Amino acid sequence: MTQPEVLSQEFELGYTYTRSTGPIVGRFLTELRRKKLVGIKGSDGRVYAPPMEFDPQTTEALSEFVEVGQSGEVVSWCWVSEPRASHPHSKPFAWALIRLDGADVPMLHSVCTATEAGMRTGMRVSAQWVDKPQGSITDIACFVPENPAAAAEGLEKEAETDQEMIKGIEVPVSLTYQYTAGEATSRYLSEVRQGQLTGQRCPRCRKVYIPPRGSCPACGVATDEEVALSDKCTVESFTIVHIPIPGNPIQPPYIIANLVADGANISFIHLLSECVNEEVRKGQRVQAVWKPMEEWDYAMDNIRYFRPIDEPDVPVDRIGKLPVSGWEG
Amino acid sequence: MREAAIVSFAQLDCVRNAGALNEVELIMPVINGALSGAGLGSVQEVDFTCSGSSDYQQGVAFSFVLGVDALGAVPPINESHVEMDAAWALYEAILKIRMGHADSALIYGFGKSSPGELPAVLSQQLDPYYLAPLWVDTVSLAALQARMMLDQGIISELDMAEVVARSRRNALANNPHAQLKGEVTAQQLLQADPWVSPLRKHDCCPISDGASAMVICTLERARQWGKPCAVIRGIDHRIESHNPGVRDLTRSVSTEHAASHAGAANGRVQVAELHAPFSHQEIILSRALGLGDGTDINPSGGVLAGNLMMASGLSRIGEVAKRIIAGEVQRGVAHATSGPCLQHNLVTVLEAA
Amino acid sequence: MANLAAVVGIGQTRYETRRGDVSIAGLVHEAALRALQDADLGWNAIDAVIIGKAPDMFEGVVMPEIYLADALGGNGKPMLRVHTAGSVGGSTALVAASHVQSGTFRRVLTVTFEKQSESNAMWALSSKHPFSPHLNAGAGGYFAPIMREYIRRSKAPYDVGIKVAVKDRLHGARNPLAHLQLPNITTQEVEASPMLWDPIRFLESCPSSDGACAMVIADESLVHESPQRPAWIKGVAMRSEPTMYAGRDEVNPQAGRACAADVYRQAGITHPRRELDCAEIYVPFSWYEPMWLENLGFAEQGQGWKLTMAGATSLDEAGDIPWNCSGGVLSSNPIGASGMIRFAEAARQVRGDAGQHQVDGAATAMGHAYGGGAQFFAMWIVSSGKA
Repeated sequence: MTQPEVLSQEFELGYTYTRSTGPIVGRFLTELRRKKLVGIKGSDGRVYAPPMEFDPQTTEALSEFVEVGQSGEVVSWCWVSEPRASHPHSKPFAWALIRLDGADVPMLHSVCTATEAGMRTGMRVSAQWVDKPQGSITDIACFVPENPAAAAEGLEKEAETDQEMIKGIEVPVSLTYQYTAGEATSRYLSEVRQGQLTGQRCPRCRKVYIPPRGSCPACGVATDEEVALSDKCTVESFTIVHIPIPGNPIQPPYIIANLVADGANISFIHLLSECVNEEVRKGQRVQAVWKPMEEWDYAMDNIRYFRPIDEPDVPVDRIGKLPVSGWEG
Repeated sequence: MREAAIVSFAQLDCVRNAGALNEVELIMPVINGALSGAGLGSVQEVDFTCSGSSDYQQGVAFSFVLGVDALGAVPPINESHVEMDAAWALYEAILKIRMGHADSALIYGFGKSSPGELPAVLSQQLDPYYLAPLWVDTVSLAALQARMMLDQGIISELDMAEVVARSRRNALANNPHAQLKGEVTAQQLLQADPWVSPLRKHDCCPISDGASAMVICTLERARQWGKPCAVIRGIDHRIESHNPGVRDLTRSVSTEHAASHAGAANGRVQVAELHAPFSHQEIILSRALGLGDGTDINPSGGVLAGNLMMASGLSRIGEVAKRIIAGEVQRGVAHATSGPCLQHNLVTVLEAA
Repeated sequence: MANLAAVVGIGQTRYETRRGDVSIAGLVHEAALRALQDADLGWNAIDAVIIGKAPDMFEGVVMPEIYLADALGGNGKPMLRVHTAGSVGGSTALVAASHVQSGTFRRVLTVTFEKQSESNAMWALSSKHPFSPHLNAGAGGYFAPIMREYIRRSKAPYDVGIKVAVKDRLHGARNPLAHLQLPNITTQEVEASPMLWDPIRFLESCPSSDGACAMVIADESLVHESPQRPAWIKGVAMRSEPTMYAGRDEVNPQAGRACAADVYRQAGITHPRRELDCAEIYVPFSWYEPMWLENLGFAEQGQGWKLTMAGATSLDEAGDIPWNCSGGVLSSNPIGASGMIRFAEAARQVRGDAGQHQVDGAATAMGHAYGGGAQFFAMWIVSSGKA
C-alpha cells in the first residue's frame, strides 16, 4: 500500500443571508441609516443600546425606545495589532465596550486611534459614520476619540435618507477553509486519478466498500486492504432527474443511478447516459465512460458517465455480490 | 436518581493539524480506546451513544453523520448528538441513565479546527445583526474581558503569566497529549509583546485537532464489569445573556450557579480541570468555584496546553476521572465552557466510588 | 423506572415561506411564548431550555443557543442544543422529556425552529467541499431511487404517491398553521405537476418553510398547574444506523423497525394500527407514507400502499388510522422543527384540541421523525390516559 498524496484544497463557504429583522432590530438599523442611535428601556429601567428584543432578566418583549447619544465612554477595550482579513479595519484598531450617553448597557464596536497609546479605559469616544449609511451596524465606521467640533460637522452632513422602516438586511458570511481529504479518500482519489476504481475490504465482515472512508460502517473497524475493482457495474437503483444539478452542466432529464462495481458490495452514485431512460432497470449492466486521460484529476467525474453494455441482467439477489471478474450471465 | 460513573477515558494527542485524517479516522481510535478501557468489544455493548461536534469547524454540514461510520452501528444503536462540546453529550447521556433507559453509554467529541480560522468562525456565534457583521473574534472578546479585570485590579499581568507557566509545566510533567508544554517562568512570558492587548499569544489556547471519548455506566454495571470508576456526584450547566454588555465579565455567575447545583462545595476539591481558553479565565473560574490552595488546578495543563474544540470540555471531565480512577485523588471538579467570554458553563463533581 | 411526564403546553408559529416580520429570536420567542401561554405559565416556571434545529448553515448562526439565550428565557438556566439531522425536532422533544423523566427537573421548555428563508436549503445542504466523491442531486436525488425500489418490490400502482400528496394537503387545509393551503387540490393537479426526481413530482414534495414549534413538558407533580388536558408521554425511542453499509435495506431501514419496536414495547402496543388512534409521521415525499406504514408495522411488507389507497390514513375518508391530520411535512417544513411538529401534533390529538383536524376521541397517538439518509429515527407515543 503506497502512501497517497495529502489532498488539500482551499474552499469558501460563502452565502449572503437575507435576514428579516423584526421591529426592534429594524428600528435600530433604520435610525442608523439616519445617523441616529437608539436604545431600548428594559424592565428594570436600564437602557440597552443597541436595543435588545427581549429583556435579559424577564424575557419580556421590549418596546420603549430611547434616543441615546452619539458619544460615550469606553468601559473596556483591547488593541488588535494584527487585524484579521474579516475585521472592519486593515490598520491596527481597538474593539471597545462603549457606554453611550443615555444608555446603561455598553455596546461593542471598534475604536480607531493612531496607536494603542491613544486608548484608555474611561475615554470619551464618538461615532464616526460612513458616507452613505445603509441600515447596518457597519454604518458606524468606527468610534473615534471625542471631538465636539467634528461631531457637529458630522451632524450637518446628516444624510437625507429613506424614511421607510428597515425590515430586512443582507448579511454576507464568508469563511475560507483549507479542506483536507481523509487518508482513505486521498488514496481512493489517487487511484481514480490513474483511472482505477479501488475499494477497501473490511477485515471482519469481508465486505468491499467504495468509496472507502477508512472504516467499515457496519463493523466500526478500520479498513486498509485495498481491492482493485472493475469499472463494470450493475444498476442497483436509479432515478430520472428532471431538474439541473447546481453547478453541473448536465441537461435534464438525466439518470442518476446507484451502481455496484464488480468486486464491490456497496453502490455509489453516478450518472447513466447513452441509454433509453425508460429502459433502464435494476440489474442492468453498465460500464464507465472515462474522460480523456489527460483530463484526469482527483475526482469521480474522471468518469463522464456510465453506459449500458451488452451483457445479460444480473438477478436481483446477485446484485452487490459479483466478483471483480464480472458477470457471466 | 440513579448515579452514573466514568469507567474509561481516551483522547488523542492535541495537534495543530491532523492533516489527512477525516472524522472517522479521528474518532475510531478514541472510541476503541474508551470501549476497551471499559473491557468492551463494541458499541453494541453500551446502551446509548452521544457525541458533540460543530459543522463549522470544517465548514461541512452534517459532519456528525459521517462520524457514525466509525461506530459499528449495525444493528442500529440508541444514539444522539449535540451541536455543542461533548461535555453536554455526557449530560444528555446521564439523563438517559438517570431515567433508567440506559445502564451504560459511550460519549465522544471530535473536532478538526485546523482547516478554518477558528476565532473568526466563532465570531459567527454572536448576535447576527449587531455583532456577527463586525466579525468580532473570540480572542478580542476575551481581551476585553481581561482588560476589565486588570483595570479593576482583580488580576495582574503577572497572575495571567503565572497561569500559563503552570499550564506549560503541568503539561510537561503530566500530559503526553499536550500540544504546548515546557519549563518557562512567568517573568520570561511577560517579555513577549502583546498580541491582542492586553493578551499575549501565550495567554490564548492553541488551536488543535483531535478527539476524546469516555464510557460511563451505573455503579452496579461498573461493579459487574469489575472496573474502578469515578462517580459523577453532580453535574449542572447554566447559560448567561448573549449580550456581552449585560454580563459582569469579571466573574462567571453561571459557573457559580452550576457549581452550587452540582454540589461542588460539598467536600474538598483536590483537583480541578477548568476549561479556560484564556489565562485570565482560569482565574475567573477558580474564583467562581471557590478554589483555594488545596486544589491542584489543571494538572493536565488545561486547554492552554491543547484545545480540542468540541471535545475539550469532555476531556476536562476525563482528566479528573482518570486521576480518581488511578487512585491519585478522591474528589475533583471538572468544568466545560461554551460561547464567548465563558457565556455557558458546565460543572461536574466527581468522586471515588 | 422513568418519572411520568406530560406535555402541558404547545405553541407553534404559522408556517410560511418567509416570516419577514420577525428576527430569528422573534420567531423562536413567539412559539415559546405561545407554549407558555397554553400552559398558563410564566418564563420563571421553566427549569431548563432544550432547543433543536437542523444545520447551523441554514441561518449562518453558529451554535445558536448562544445567541438565543435571552429570547428563550435561558439566562441562569441550563440550555442544551440537539442536532440529529432531519430527525432533530423529534430527538429534541425526547431529550427535553428526559430532563423531566430522569427526575432532574420538573418542568422544561423545548423549542425547535428553522428560518429557511434566511438562506437556501439547496445551498446549505449541497456539499461543495473539495474531494467529495459523491455526486449531489439534492435530497430528492438521494431518496427517489429508494422509492423506485419500494415500488418495484411492492408492485404498488404509480398513483399511490399522488393520493398521499392530495390527502395530506386536504388535511393541511384544515390546519390554519399549515404552510400550504390547498383546499381544492386534485389528483389531476398533482399528476400534472412537474416531475422532479422520478417518481417524485413537485406536488409530491415538501415545501421549504419558516417556523418554530415549542412545548412545555412537566413532571406528573406539576401537571395540575396547567389548564390543558395533559398528553402523557408513554414511550420514547431513538435509533441510528450508518448512511450506507453493505446489505443495508434502505427501503425498510432496520433502525426504523428497531425504534418502533422499542417505543411500542414501552407503551404496551402490540398492534399499532388497532391501538393507535392516529399518527404524525415524517413524510417529506409522498411515497414515504406507504414505506413507513410497513416500516412501523401498520401494514405487512408490501401492503402499505393498500392502506393508503383504501383511505385508511385519510381523515376525509374516515380512515381507521389517520396519518398526518395536521397536513404533515408535505404541508409545512421548517426542517429543524418538522419533527417536533409531528410530536406536538400527536399531543394535540390526544388533548382533543386539534380543531378542524381533530380525530374524534383520539386517546393514543404517535409522533415520528427521521433524518439523514433515513438512518436517524426518533419516536414517541402520547396518551390522554395517565395509567
